[in-house]
Order: sequence, then structure tokens, then C-alpha cells
Amino acid sequence: MSSREEILNSIRGIQKENKALPDIPNFQLEGDLVALFKSAIQANKGEILGKKEFENWIASTNFQHIISCSEAFHTYATQELPDDAHQLDHLELAILEVQFGVAENGAMWLDDSQLPHRALPFITEHLVLILSEENLVSNMHQAYDRIGSDHSGFGLFIAGPSKTADIEQSLVIGAHGAKSLRVVLL
Amino acid sequence: MSHPKAATEFLKDQANSQWHDETLWMIRDKRDASSKSIPEWEELRNLASEIKDNVLSNLDKYLEQFEAQALKNGIKVHWAKDAKEHNEIVLTILQEKNCEAIVKSKSILTEECHLNPYLEKQGIEVVDTDLGERIVQFLHQPPSHIVMPAIHLKKRDISALFHEKLQTEKGNEDPTYLTNAARLHLREKFLGAKVAITGVNFGIAETGEFLVCTNEGNADMGVHLADTHIACMGIEKIIPRRKDLGVFLRILARSATGQPITNYSSHFRSPAKGKEIHLVLVDNGRTRQLAREKFKNSLKCIRCGACMNTCPIYRRSGGFSYGSTVPGPIGSILSPGLDMKKYSTLPFASTLCGSCSDVCPVKINIHEQLYEWRQEITKHHGAVGKGLSMKLASGIFKSPLAYQFSGSLMRKVIKSLPKSVIYNPLNIWGKSRDLPKAPKESFQDWYKRNRHE
Amino acid sequence: MKKEPHIGLFIPCYVDQFYPQVAIATLELLEKLGCKVSYPLGQTCCGQPLANAGYERDTEGSSLHFIQLFEEFDYIVAPSGSCVLHVKEHFPNLPGKEKSAIGIQKKIFELTEFLTDVLKVENLKGAFPKKVGYHSSCHGLRGLRLASSSELNIPHFNKAKQLLTNLDGLEWVELSRSDECCGFGGTFAITEEALSVQMGKDRLADHLSHEVDVLTGGDLSCLMHLEGIAKREGQKVEFMHIAEILNQAIR
Repeated sequence: MSSREEILNSIRGIQKENKALPDIPNFQLEGDLVALFKSAIQANKGEILGKKEFENWIASTNFQHIISCSEAFHTYATQELPDDAHQLDHLELAILEVQFGVAENGAMWLDDSQLPHRALPFITEHLVLILSEENLVSNMHQAYDRIGSDHSGFGLFIAGPSKTADIEQSLVIGAHGAKSLRVVLL
Repeated sequence: MSHPKAATEFLKDQANSQWHDETLWMIRDKRDASSKSIPEWEELRNLASEIKDNVLSNLDKYLEQFEAQALKNGIKVHWAKDAKEHNEIVLTILQEKNCEAIVKSKSILTEECHLNPYLEKQGIEVVDTDLGERIVQFLHQPPSHIVMPAIHLKKRDISALFHEKLQTEKGNEDPTYLTNAARLHLREKFLGAKVAITGVNFGIAETGEFLVCTNEGNADMGVHLADTHIACMGIEKIIPRRKDLGVFLRILARSATGQPITNYSSHFRSPAKGKEIHLVLVDNGRTRQLAREKFKNSLKCIRCGACMNTCPIYRRSGGFSYGSTVPGPIGSILSPGLDMKKYSTLPFASTLCGSCSDVCPVKINIHEQLYEWRQEITKHHGAVGKGLSMKLASGIFKSPLAYQFSGSLMRKVIKSLPKSVIYNPLNIWGKSRDLPKAPKESFQDWYKRNRHE
Repeated sequence: MKKEPHIGLFIPCYVDQFYPQVAIATLELLEKLGCKVSYPLGQTCCGQPLANAGYERDTEGSSLHFIQLFEEFDYIVAPSGSCVLHVKEHFPNLPGKEKSAIGIQKKIFELTEFLTDVLKVENLKGAFPKKVGYHSSCHGLRGLRLASSSELNIPHFNKAKQLLTNLDGLEWVELSRSDECCGFGGTFAITEEALSVQMGKDRLADHLSHEVDVLTGGDLSCLMHLEGIAKREGQKVEFMHIAEILNQAIR
């Protein structure tokens, strides 16, 4: 007998009382979604920028390696996408659009359709995500309602920059992934 | 080493043990504040618990559904009945890929299976990429906490370690500096690895996808750069529907560290073009635990670590005092199921205060199971007796303290003897505590004189 | 006319032997509040230490004895959350006596919950002009739910606080860690001596840093442990069971 059968058979052999799967109520978040989202991002050590602020910021930097997957900000790109994600190692900035954001916790959803390389938001040194205010939902229940039965090979919530507190619980931003996260709220 | 002995050792360094206690308490505080910002928190705990109950009562069906969906999505699914088979499956994949160096993100399951030493024996370099795990790996230690693997270490220890291993400046203890050194070191490893291993936080039966949650982004750095992703998953990690994630992702990180969500929650459904995902489903004692009516709901655990942070014992004895892969309260109800003899003192390493059960986001009745394990362990006293410390076995079980109290004899003994000759249990009591003053008469005597006609 | 309820006073063994003044205070307090109380003679240990040590199955005798002593009463009241919880939840299987056991379990109360929930005591008239630190015993707190535990997101309540803060002059102290375990834990106090003492020291330090005059609680096992440490350290803080405070205050 294969291990698969062995495992499944031993589960089948256990007397179990059937417990029903509960319905999940439609929990809502009270308050102004934009304000809540902004404070969530800030608490997660990200930064919120308007379009103008973003343009000023990027002008103040001296990045040589920028990839932009955003139609609206395509002009900032300094290079095209390489075939192999390993070549992204020196990438300084990635600009990506997200599908929607979650006000309660600052999480933003992207899937393969926003990610020509799945490694992109991780390997880049700095990350900018573009989100439209109208694409805010209140909490994770609404988030999964919104994702629905979409079929993407990979999907991802990003809520802040890469961080760790593994050394004496001191928070350090930029463990392995992006050292900063800026959200441009349109 | 028995838990009492290890705890006594841990407490000897008072400054360190106090820091450990206060730091974990601070995390428990953050968890409290975070959970109290959600009005429906207790409702979410109920939902999470009910969803997991439903999973445990239909585990075979959900596993089959999960497997069918995953196969349809192009994921290769493997089944391992125990740690040995799990390790062999991983090795076989690595050999097929001619892979000699892998990166691995946090997975308590692979710790449980002792995958690292197994692969290292086969000449494969395993690099743990979670910062805390990399630190303890350098020290050849296991993690002391399932969420904060290096919580037992101080920055001066890590500074000295990184000076030796990563050539950082001697004496530089700045966490940002040290973290950056690890970043550069691990970046090389990420870029070089052909295979990446991760654990799994949730597997979704409905879609065949699985989730990996991190703050560092290390799991994603590994798998998206590698050609092959091996995900190791305990069979109890299944949840039925995608929308159930709405419940679990609201409670997981809040319970773990107080943050509203981990910074990265990655949903893997199909491999990227030209790449492979292998999923290893592991039993290793889980079906045995499922068959134990009183203990089966320990399998609801989502590995948030909240019970460790709140546990007054864990905070003051450290993760290593338990000697088990999963330490703390949840570990003390899981481990005896794996090896009752080896872990026989763990259910006694508790005051049954119940704080663990009240913080548990999936409402596992942890302290009640600790009580129930005590009932089981004493039944097998002969068989496990050697595993129990002598103190437990001979001193207390044969003459519980309060049984001694129950006769008027004790009152007289305490009155008439100097402390030093009062026998064993009270002697232990008296090391750092005075005994109550023995009164002239018991209540019963008083009652007879004053109220009884 | 409804018969006046008859209360059986359950005095845990170590209270009987070491803290008769607390048992007396409990009795007097209930009598002052107009209750008819009797103390059935021949009480022994309820079996809790044995059960918590893993020998619940050996507590059949003490449990049957308990049922026999207390079955006739309308209520059973004890100045100990821990022993009440044991009777409520950890009686062993008692073939043929299941109904009696359930009957007992339904009518047994810890003292403060009996006052607030059954007697519905609302306005205690009395004075206790001291700064009081309250130690919540875990079995009372999370077992009997005598207060909202700090872990849960539920409306705040605390039955002991409700009673104590009625007293004139009493200053209720909010601790830094409102309801952490003191480390007594029954046999734990012996088998894990070092941890037990450290937990006790930490708990005591919380009270001392808030300069309490009196450290009180509903479980003497916790107080015995904390007082033992305080005495060894030469601390001057006074220890009283909540029954003693209430009985003294409403004199």
C-alpha cells in the first residue's frame, strides 16, 4: 500500500463526529477607508505618497536601475525586463501596480498579471506600489470576496517592506527583500 | 535534561531570564492591543476553531480534494507517512536536480523531521534563510521559539558570531548593521540555489493552492529564484475554502507578534513557466493524534506562538528547556503524542493557569489537554517512569503535598520540628518560602467548640 | 413560603488546617448577609492535588465522600476558586452517582461569585481604608471566569473588584500584569521549585511596586505561596483572604 493510501485509510478509520463548516459573516470596518489604509501602511513601516510627492521623490534619487510595470509611470523605467530574474540582482527600484488594497491592515494584492517575474517585488532594493483609492476594500473578508475564484499561478499580499526583529526584537527594515515600500495612492 | 532542571539552569542568569520574560511579555502585550482593535475578535476565534473542527472531521476528503486540485494546477504531490520518508522524498528530488546546495525558509515541520542533518549527511549544503534561523544554524542549535528562533540570544552573542562567520566588525552590535551583513551573505545563497524549500502555513482544498507567510520575504526570495520549489506541509494544515483565509490571516500575525498581517502572504498555485513545485504531505504521527479523542484538536494549531509568549513558564525557562521541536504549551501537548516517554515531564511543566487557551486563536483547550496528558502519563508510569524525574516520580506522586496537609498531623509536625528536619516536599517548599504559621486549632475544632450543638 | 436556602460550607483541607481564621471569616460573612450556613464535619481533601498530579482516577473515594457530605444542601460555598473548579470539572467517573455529581457541580460556588451572582450583593456597607492589591487565582479567573481575563476581547468585569470597591476608603490597585499566574500550581510548587519561586517573586514585586498595604485574593494556595516568599524576603506587606477583608469591613 502506498503511503498516500496508508495515510488516507488511517484517517478514514477514525470515528469522527461531523462538525459543520461555518458561514463567515460579512464583517465590516467602521471609518474612512483611505485614512485607515494610510495609517495601516505607516504602522507597517511603509510610506504613502501622492502622485506629485512621488515624482519629487524619484527626481531626488539617482537610481540607475529602474523597472516599471505601471502604464502611468512607465517613463521612469531605465531598463527592460530581463529574461532571467537573477539579472534583477542590482535592481534599485521596481514600480508595480496592485489590484486593490485592504484598509484594515495595509495589505495589497498582486498576482501574475502584475508580476512579469515573481521575484520582482522581493529582489528589488526599493519598491513602489501604485494603488487607486477606489480600489480599497475594508478587510480580508472583502479582499477574498474580491479575489473570488480568480485563477492565477501566484498571488501575493504585500503589506510593508521586508523586515525582521530577530536580533533582540529590534526592528530592522530590509532583511532580504525591499528595503523600503512606498505606496502611491491615486 | 528534565524540564525542572533545565528551567533551574535558565534562571541562574537572572538578567538574561528577566530580559526573556519581559521581551516576550511585551509581545503578548502587543498581541492584546492588536486583538482588541478588532471588535469581532472572539467571533473570529470561534470561526477559526469551527473551520478547523470541520477540517479534522473531514480531513481525508479535504486532502483528496486538495491533491486533485494541486495536480490539476501542475504541482507534483508526494505523501510521506513519517519523517524518514519525508526526508527521502526531499533527497530524491534534490538528486534528480543534481542539487548540492539549497535555501530553506522557516518550516517547523522540517525541524520536526530533522531534515537539515539528514541532508547534510548526504553532502548537501542547507542554508536557513530566516535571519533568526540562520543565526541558530550557525550555532548548531535548534530554534528556541517557533516564530522568533533566536529569542534566547543577545545581540552581543550574535555580534561575536557574525564576526566569526561573516567577518563583521568586532564588537559592532548594531542590529541594523548585523542584519545587513546577513542580507549580503544570504543574497549570494539565494542567487546560487537551484532548489528552495519552504514550509506551508495553509493549504486550500478548494483551489489546491498553499500559503507561505513571512516578514522578511526570504521564502519568496528563495523560491522565485530557484528552479524547483519544495513545500513541506503537515496534513493538518488544510483549510477548506479560499475565503477561510480571510479569517486566518486576520488572526495569525496579530496572535504571533501583534502586527495586523505579515508583510508578505504568498499564494502558490502553479509553478512559473519552466519551473517546478513539489508538495510533500506529511503525516508523522498526525493521524495517530487525530485518533486520540482528547488530544486531536491540538492539530488545529496554526503555529502562531502566542501560547509561548503568554506562558509564564516558557518566558522564564526558555524554549530549550522543553527539549522538543515545538516548545511551550502547544509543544507540551503535541510532543507526548510523538513520544510519551521522552516528553513525559512536559505536561507537568505548567501551573494549568489557562492563559495559553485564552490567547489561542483557534481555541485549543491547551491547559485542559495538559491535564489530560498527566492522566495518561501516570497510567504508563512503569513504562515511562524512567523519563520522569525522580522528584516527580517518588517525591510527589506517592505523597502529594496537600495530602500531607490534610491530617492534623502536619500541623503538629510543623510546630514541633525545626525547618531543617521537615521532610522532603516541605523541605523543597522551604528553600525560598516560609511556611504558614501553624494555628492553635483547625477550623473544624473551632467549629465544634463554637457552632456545633 | 419558600424554604430558606441552606448553605453547606466547604472548607478546603489546607484552609482548615492552616487558615482557620479565613474559614471563620467566610462563615461569619455569610451569616451577616443573612444566610443559613452549616459546616458538615468530616471534610477531607477534595482530591485536587492528586488529580492535577495525574491521578484523577484515584479520587473516586474522596469524590463520593464529598457528594455524601454535601448532597443535602441547596448551595455549596467555598473560599477557594481552585477547589471549587476541581469539584466542578475534575470529578472522576462515578458509576451510578453521575446525577449526584452533576447536582453537586451545579450548586457549588466560589465565595465571591456566590455573593455577586446568587446573593446579588450590590451595596456592601463597610469600610476598609487601605490600598489593596488583588491576586486573581488562575483557576478562579480562567476556570470559573470570576473576572474577564486580560487575554480576551470581552467587556471587562471582576467579581472581587465589584465587591471590594464598594467598601469606603479602599483603594484598588491596577497591577502592571493584571492577571499573571503566581507560580503556585499545586505540585508544581515543588516539582518546579525554581520556576515557581521566580514567578512568585515577580508577582509579589508587581504588588510591592504599587505599594499595596494588603495583598488579597480568593485562593489561599496562591496567597500562601506569595506570603511565604514575602516573609522570607522580609517584606512588610499584609496578606488577607478576601473573606477576611469583607468580614472585617462590614462589621
